[in-house]
Amino acid sequence: MTPLLATEVPTRLVHLAPVDVVIVVFYFALVLAIGWYLKGRANTGEDFFMAGREMTAWVAGLSFLSANLGALELMGWAGSAYQYGILATHWYWIGAIPAMLFLALVMMPFYYISKTHSVPGYLKLRFGEPARALSAVSFGFMTVLMSGVNMFAMAKVMQIVLGWDINFSIWVSSLTVAIYVTLGGLRSAIFNEVLQFFLIWAGALLIPILGLYEAGGWTNLKLQIAQRTSEQYVHLWSGLGSFTTNPMGIHWTGIVFGLGAIISMGYWTTDFLVVQRILAAKDIRSAEIAPIIGAGFKMMVPFIVILPGLLGLAVLPMKLVPESVAKVTGGYSYNDVLPLMLARYCGPGLLGLGVTALIAGFMSGMAGNVSAFTTVWTYDIYRPFINSKGSDHHYVNMGRWTTVIAVLISVGTAYLVMQFASIMDYVQALFSFFIAPLFGTVVLGMLWKRATGPGGFWGLLCGTLSSISMWTWVKLDPSALRYVALSPHAKGLAQDMYQALWSFVVCVVVTVVVSLATKPTPDSELTGLVYGLTEVPAVRDVPLYQKPLFWAAVVTVVFFVLNIIFW
Amino acid sequence: MISIWFFIGISLAVNGALILAAGIYQLVNPPVNPGVVLFHLHANVWWGTALLVFGLIYCFKFAPGRQS
Repeated sequence: MTPLLATEVPTRLVHLAPVDVVIVVFYFALVLAIGWYLKGRANTGEDFFMAGREMTAWVAGLSFLSANLGALELMGWAGSAYQYGILATHWYWIGAIPAMLFLALVMMPFYYISKTHSVPGYLKLRFGEPARALSAVSFGFMTVLMSGVNMFAMAKVMQIVLGWDINFSIWVSSLTVAIYVTLGGLRSAIFNEVLQFFLIWAGALLIPILGLYEAGGWTNLKLQIAQRTSEQYVHLWSGLGSFTTNPMGIHWTGIVFGLGAIISMGYWTTDFLVVQRILAAKDIRSAEIAPIIGAGFKMMVPFIVILPGLLGLAVLPMKLVPESVAKVTGGYSYNDVLPLMLARYCGPGLLGLGVTALIAGFMSGMAGNVSAFTTVWTYDIYRPFINSKGSDHHYVNMGRWTTVIAVLISVGTAYLVMQFASIMDYVQALFSFFIAPLFGTVVLGMLWKRATGPGGFWGLLCGTLSSISMWTWVKLDPSALRYVALSPHAKGLAQDMYQALWSFVVCVVVTVVVSLATKPTPDSELTGLVYGLTEVPAVRDVPLYQKPLFWAAVVTVVFFVLNIIFW
Repeated sequence: MISIWFFIGISLAVNGALILAAGIYQLVNPPVNPGVVLFHLHANVWWGTALLVFGLIYCFKFAPGRQS
């Protein structure tokens, strides 16, 4: 018996064999070794915060995707698939692919050519200091909360699967992330994210393979799910004509306009956590190709996240319940479906790899949050507002200390998250508060040269406040959901979709009105920042198969085919 | 500088070897109560082999001495 298991509780799902423990320990040793190896290559600000801007398209693209493969992806969406059926796939396809392609082809040139260190940094160049300050502070707030969500989710899985004490899991994972990000900066985070990408696939891919074998194939699985729940659990679009004909209680307009056009655009194009990975690309073609590579793999992620949730509906002998019910009855909640499926199929060795994949996913999300927070704090809050005359070495040291402090704040946040009934609702609410209005501000800034500094600032502020107000309104008076989400039958996730849509609209309207009422910014100050005033280098001297546009077209075709197949 | 792909090769090869060894042990000494469904497929043997082979290919292709 290892010391790791000394804090076990009697409710654990599985017992790790010695070989499983070796695999888990080897993972921690390897990520720390990578951090140690890279510590000599993080001596300048450009190295520590931007990984030297020398990542290839593949490394940047896989890191871009892996930074998003955190607690929410692995455990939360498997649970959502069990709860809502295949509808959860929308968050991977229409809720990601168009946005990733938009980032690659439309927005990335402006980010890259402006040579900004961050998204708030772009807002400073485009709209001035107030917009940057508002964006940096809200991003920092959201990031540490997200990091806490990741930590809590990981600790919960470790408790359910292995019986490990929640406190022990939080502290071991957070200290490991703190060490390897402090040593190697963004490069260390990116290296480990790519490693984690492979581990996640190696550890999780067996669940759908063996699950489909047990269920008798996809056709039999659909029949079993329809018998146990309803036929709408296996259709992506056919039940979205009404709020009452699908398990999620959402209308197709919410999915298309709220999720596809606003929330996903906001997340994938303006959330610095993921955009930072692309900014580390070695040249503009790599920066454009990287999100397309990410999109290609993103379309496949439902196979290891959504499908296990659907398989759980068919093959698990027990019925999973909401988190709040599980706490009272002692049963298993929706969020437990992935570890339950892992325990169902994976014996010694495979179980260790599966557990390692979960830990890796959680730690990649945490490291992504911490490294992004560190950059925004140092470059967008500390340097402009607290100490603008420090040396490059001083800011690197500030980055290292901020990494440690961010981890400690995240630990505190993880304990706060324990008070919330649903991890998913919590995270979705955060997205709606900040991401949707930020997308409105950034996209107007890039595509409309008439947008002014005051317009950008007031649009962002009003959009954010409107989102918080709607959320508070529904919290205080749940019947208000009929106004926010356009139907008395709407449920929680539908509220998030429409809340994002309205806050985006508020942001855009306020930005346009204030911009038209204020003095235009001279064109000379917008060169390199706005469409029409920026010369984007054309990709001419490479064969067709190396052009971003070609691969974006391929991904688009596959995207439509998948949606039609699972209609 | 050592390539990230080399580190990935090490990770997959070591994990594959450990899983394969565990699978072979269970093949030779079948447990009375395997504790998992579909035990008869011996997934850890073929999955461990696949990871080991994939990892070794990466280790060889991206070994530090072979990189320019």
